[in-house]
Amino acid sequence: MPVETTASGIPIYAVPALGPALPEIIMAVGVLALVLYGALRGERSTGVVTAAAIALMAFTLGFVLTMPAETQITFADAFITDGFARFMKALVLIGAIVALAMSREHFRRAGIDRYEYPLLILLAAIGMMVMISANDLIALYLGLELQSLAAYVIASFHRDNARSTEAGLKYFVLGALASGMLLYGSSLVYGFTGSVSFPEIAAVLTEGANPGVIFGLVFIAAGLAFKVSAVPFHMWTPDVYQGAPTPVTAFFASAPKVAAMALAVRVFMGAFLTIVDQWQQIIVFIAVASMFLGAFAAIGQRDIKRLMAYSSIANIGFALLGLAAGTQQGVEAVLVYMAIYMVMTLGVFACILAMRRGGVELETIDDLAGTARTHPGFAFAMAMLMLSLAGIPPLAGFIGKYYAFWAAVEAGLVVFAVLGVIASVVGAYYYLRIAKIIYFDEPVGAYEPMPGFLRGVMAVSAVFTVGFWLVPAPLVAAAGVAARSLF
Amino acid sequence: MITLVHFLTLAAILFTLGVLGIFINRKNVIVILMSIELILLSVNINLVAFSSYLNDIVGQVFALFVLTVAAAEAAIGLAILVIFFRNRGTILVEDINTMKG
Repeated sequence: MPVETTASGIPIYAVPALGPALPEIIMAVGVLALVLYGALRGERSTGVVTAAAIALMAFTLGFVLTMPAETQITFADAFITDGFARFMKALVLIGAIVALAMSREHFRRAGIDRYEYPLLILLAAIGMMVMISANDLIALYLGLELQSLAAYVIASFHRDNARSTEAGLKYFVLGALASGMLLYGSSLVYGFTGSVSFPEIAAVLTEGANPGVIFGLVFIAAGLAFKVSAVPFHMWTPDVYQGAPTPVTAFFASAPKVAAMALAVRVFMGAFLTIVDQWQQIIVFIAVASMFLGAFAAIGQRDIKRLMAYSSIANIGFALLGLAAGTQQGVEAVLVYMAIYMVMTLGVFACILAMRRGGVELETIDDLAGTARTHPGFAFAMAMLMLSLAGIPPLAGFIGKYYAFWAAVEAGLVVFAVLGVIASVVGAYYYLRIAKIIYFDEPVGAYEPMPGFLRGVMAVSAVFTVGFWLVPAPLVAAAGVAARSLF
Repeated sequence: MITLVHFLTLAAILFTLGVLGIFINRKNVIVILMSIELILLSVNINLVAFSSYLNDIVGQVFALFVLTVAAAEAAIGLAILVIFFRNRGTILVEDINTMKG
């Protein structure tokens, strides 16, 4: 891009178009205002800041949905908005809003009701939106770090609790290592292609890839696999999910997974699509390994948050199978899968948050025993969500898996689709065991009344899960439009 | 004559030392923080070397961003380490073990 200069040779740079990045700018200005407000008012401001944070994200969500669908690029090719970004940002914002709204009651009872929490969620949401819109390696790194740094802090948000701080420390050490690997890969890709911008990297790679780029690609794949918690970089997930306060776990399991998946799609489909045969085997391997590890390691778990961690590892494996296809259909499968996964996860965590007896948070699956008799509505919703996660037709989880396997088969990955079906049958064992505990074990006592909002999230999620096959068109059509914008 | 290959080799050695420092180290979490810093700085050597070799300023801009983020990362890491020490009274790696399975 030629740059105009003044008579004395000083380059003149125009201010970049801010329009495409307006949702992020609104969020950033809003979070700064709220930081000031919180700092001035102190602990009393928690309620106001939480409400304002939810309102800000809801406003941004509305703004994102009204943005034009055509592709716009700004900030010297670093930032892109298109149909894909719109779809993913909407998902991420919905996940963040629900996770934040579910947290208030829980934090108040735990005595950690501080105004920093909504602010950190907002910062993480901005980071995720930048990740989704990243169009070069620098924006990728900055978005990822903004999200990760906020996540490390909220993992250890219960700062007087040994488990929560340990979760934060583990997450930090392994997360920083993953960022380092991703960054090392980025530096190699930059050096061997001469550009950080995804379209330019793709253009250079049409002439084939040299070993330096492949080396860099492997490091980037390792860093991204960590962020989506795929095998073999999944070790942090069970510990962080178990140790972090439950509303934080609900957040980790929903929005950041979606954003990291979007980032993986941007990198592999944007920058490296022309060397798909180089990375396809890597993605297929981590997808299949994630599905099997998630299915087998969850069998022995008694702690429900740990179990959900393995469940999320397995689910990410199925979504990655769609990415491994390397086709438009594959991207569509990833989008549908992640949307369904997020709704199911938020529903399950609404149920987990409701598991309280005598002011104590219950964490093992045995505490679900016999809830069918004491809380029929809760039991039905939880059982449906579990069956859906297991992939029983015609529930929503089955449809997500169907899309992923179908995309893999169309791309010629038949063997791996079959392996995926086997893994999902193995995984069905522990989901069905939970349904059995809920319906056939002896009740151990009633829970405390469920707060209204959790009840709402649980109900919406269960209705979505059960009824999705009746009206799949809106979501599938939106995912189709979003996937098309990448090609 | 120092060429690009020398810089890349140096960066690769520092990166490997950093990663080994995280995995082999069985003593102290502070050493892990130092290893993370080493990894990020090795990346910066890579970026600046490529930037000079390609005659392209973007690599140096990237390096400046990495420095900034590394500072924020170290601050957050130390903060988490402090609250961990307050709860457990130790920062030995082998004591970070309340959750397993």
